[in-house]
Amino acid sequence: MNDRLLDFAIRYGFLILLVGLIVYFSLAAPGFFGPLSAAFVLQSVAITGILALGVTCTLVVGGFDLSIGAVATSALMLSAYSMVILEHPTLVAVFLCLGMGALVGFINGILIVKFRVPDLLATLGMMFLLIGLQRIPTQGNSIATGMTLADGSVAEGTFSAAFLWLGRHRFDVVIDRLLPMPVVIFVAIAVLIWLFLGFTRHGRLMYAIGSNERAAALVGTPVNRYKIAAYMISGVTASIGGILLAARLGRGDIASGNNLLLDSVAAALIGFAVLGAARPNAFGTAIGALFVGILLQGMTMMNAPYYTQDFVKGAVLVAALVFTFYLSSRRTGAGH
Amino acid sequence: MADHALKVNGLQKSFGKNYVLRGIDVTLEPGSVTVLMGANGAGKSTLVKVICGHHRADGGTMMLAGAAFAPEDAADAIQQGVVTVHQSIDDGVIPDLDVANNLMLDRLVERGHGLFVRERHLRDEAAKVASAMGIDVNLRARVSDLSVADRQMIAIARAMARAPKVLILDEPTSSLSATEADRLFALIDRLREQGVAILYISHRMSDIRRIADRIIVMRDGAISGSFDSKPLDYEAAVTAMLGHRMTEVDVAVNSGTVPVLELSNLTLFPNATPINLQARDGEVVALVGLLGSGKSRLAEILFGRARAVSGTMRINGADYAPSSVEDAVARGVYMSPKDRGTNAVIPAFDIADNMTLPFLKGLSVGSFLDARRQKNRSQEMVSQLGIVCQTVGDGIGTLSGGNQQKVMIARWLLEPAQVLLLDEPFQGVDIGARRDIGRHIRATAQGRATLVFLAEIDEALEIADRIVVMNEGAIVGEHTNQNVDLAALVADISGAKSTQTGTYS
Repeated sequence: MNDRLLDFAIRYGFLILLVGLIVYFSLAAPGFFGPLSAAFVLQSVAITGILALGVTCTLVVGGFDLSIGAVATSALMLSAYSMVILEHPTLVAVFLCLGMGALVGFINGILIVKFRVPDLLATLGMMFLLIGLQRIPTQGNSIATGMTLADGSVAEGTFSAAFLWLGRHRFDVVIDRLLPMPVVIFVAIAVLIWLFLGFTRHGRLMYAIGSNERAAALVGTPVNRYKIAAYMISGVTASIGGILLAARLGRGDIASGNNLLLDSVAAALIGFAVLGAARPNAFGTAIGALFVGILLQGMTMMNAPYYTQDFVKGAVLVAALVFTFYLSSRRTGAGH
Repeated sequence: MADHALKVNGLQKSFGKNYVLRGIDVTLEPGSVTVLMGANGAGKSTLVKVICGHHRADGGTMMLAGAAFAPEDAADAIQQGVVTVHQSIDDGVIPDLDVANNLMLDRLVERGHGLFVRERHLRDEAAKVASAMGIDVNLRARVSDLSVADRQMIAIARAMARAPKVLILDEPTSSLSATEADRLFALIDRLREQGVAILYISHRMSDIRRIADRIIVMRDGAISGSFDSKPLDYEAAVTAMLGHRMTEVDVAVNSGTVPVLELSNLTLFPNATPINLQARDGEVVALVGLLGSGKSRLAEILFGRARAVSGTMRINGADYAPSSVEDAVARGVYMSPKDRGTNAVIPAFDIADNMTLPFLKGLSVGSFLDARRQKNRSQEMVSQLGIVCQTVGDGIGTLSGGNQQKVMIARWLLEPAQVLLLDEPFQGVDIGARRDIGRHIRATAQGRATLVFLAEIDEALEIADRIVVMNEGAIVGEHTNQNVDLAALVADISGAKSTQTGTYS
């Protein structure tokens, strides 16, 4: 009986907690329960959620990608540079960013599988490199229409309407102009990654690599190719996050996106605890991102000060990790 | 002082229902090298772990130089004078520190040692230790930059800095070259003269010939042989280790039809004698040999994980030179590796996913897995091999060792193979599962050549049509599995014919 209770708690504990939170905030904070508030929560977690889905793929193969935040801000600056200074059309800017993300992921993968740099260190190095690189073309300035360039001319390009549409358009659902475009993209990516990891043979082989790389290699799995692919997926999703951020802000703001890395890693790790998976999974990651978003929105509506937010996020993360690692190990008996 | 260094009496140890040591009696004498032999799973490492304090004994007593000895933990055993150098050398040294610091490390953890390291004093002391042991390396060199042999010497020197009464060496030459091993033996000779009792664990006959004063042999958790009168009877020792009770399994020998796999002048190691071997359709060939005989190397070469020095391989007449495991699998060469825990089992997966892992492509529509077909195929194999489980959705970790191994074998029987390689398929498997696996391998042998790599003679007699013996990277004997002359087989395995002179002399 005790075992079944524990099993139930591990499996559904986090979802029950999520529902409990929603019920509590709905009663305690008037206006929390409703489409507007829901859209706001989703909007706030869409970009970190997209990054978290990418990092989930690297966690699945037993790796880690610390460069996602830097990739996203690089995509933000690159899209601004491309449209405002080089006056490229929308499609060119978008593909430049996606290509940059894929390239960074590829380099990360090569560093890890060919040069044998440990994943954390390789992606940490890449993170530093990108944070520096994105500031070089503009001498460390933010990019906006009308800024003066190094050669004395004035930047005359603008963010195109089509580009801004990506970040600002709202679909009419229930209420007019309710559902923001980034949320739609977030959900679409979540479904794609969920299908990929959970239901394709490629996903299954990636989980095999994460669980026992040697054994996976000994059945003929091209381990290196899958690892590189995982980092490329992570790079591309991070650049999508950066594009959406740029489209929402409408300028190449050098200081935005500072929290992206930690928030998205936290979401992916919280995802371990959802449904007792005890391993990285796309559904868990999406729920993890949502969980943090709901908690912060509820607290804000109950007038908790902004500076308590990181503390709360940290507490949730630690609790989720205990859930995953301590309780799950008790369930399977001592051992892994 | 007592005439023995360590006396072990009726030692027992079990893990759950698994009785690993069933009453062991061993006496180690000062100034003498006792070699401990035993196949995998005989209980050697458990015995060592009890003596060096990693495990507590369940029964029996140990006496160290006349006093009762029951170490609390590894540190206590060392304190009392029983020091072990484990098989993986890097457990015995700190790679990032220099030689002097490594040699003096045990002094640094002593309680009375001051806060600051006296650099010059430390180097002087280290130099003394090094010269006493005949180690000639730069004391400032980082240990990670040294050769394997030098690292091994330093690990032993560290152990010796404690002036132990008993020194246990666990397969110390497994990663050493012949000349490096010679240096180790010279060191062992010196320690023997100093009156240390040495327990030396090894499978290598050439090592054993070189240094053994006595040989004790373990099999199935008991001492199955003890040899102390010179000249030592090495063949009897090998027989005691491998055993050859007549098995109840009757093999109807099938010599096969057309050749499937042909190896011509394949050289496994530099300077080894090239091997020639044919394996025919429907035939099960067992390759037996001791550790280091080259059979693991041959398995790696066949599976695309290593390259032969020279020579050619052909499958059904076509050249075969795999550059990777993918290549090998694509050509229909499948291998179930040894040590399933590290090399085969995916702990996070259920039975069906573990079993179908190599052939997911055939079980997919486009990229998407067909979960139903995957489940049905696994279910078929589960009933064919008699795997005991609730459903194929159970985690692999819920199965017993024998059933896990059946899943790992079933993995490679899902699709027809040209050449099936099984490396130690009976490792950590109970007798029932072993019979099931053997029967199934034989029943499905038509249409492929099957090569089984084994250390135990019993197992080879149970499963093979033909037994090929390897030694020092070469084929030294071949026996059809019918009225096998066991004495000749054992002589082949121990290398009686070819190595009168020993490899290292």
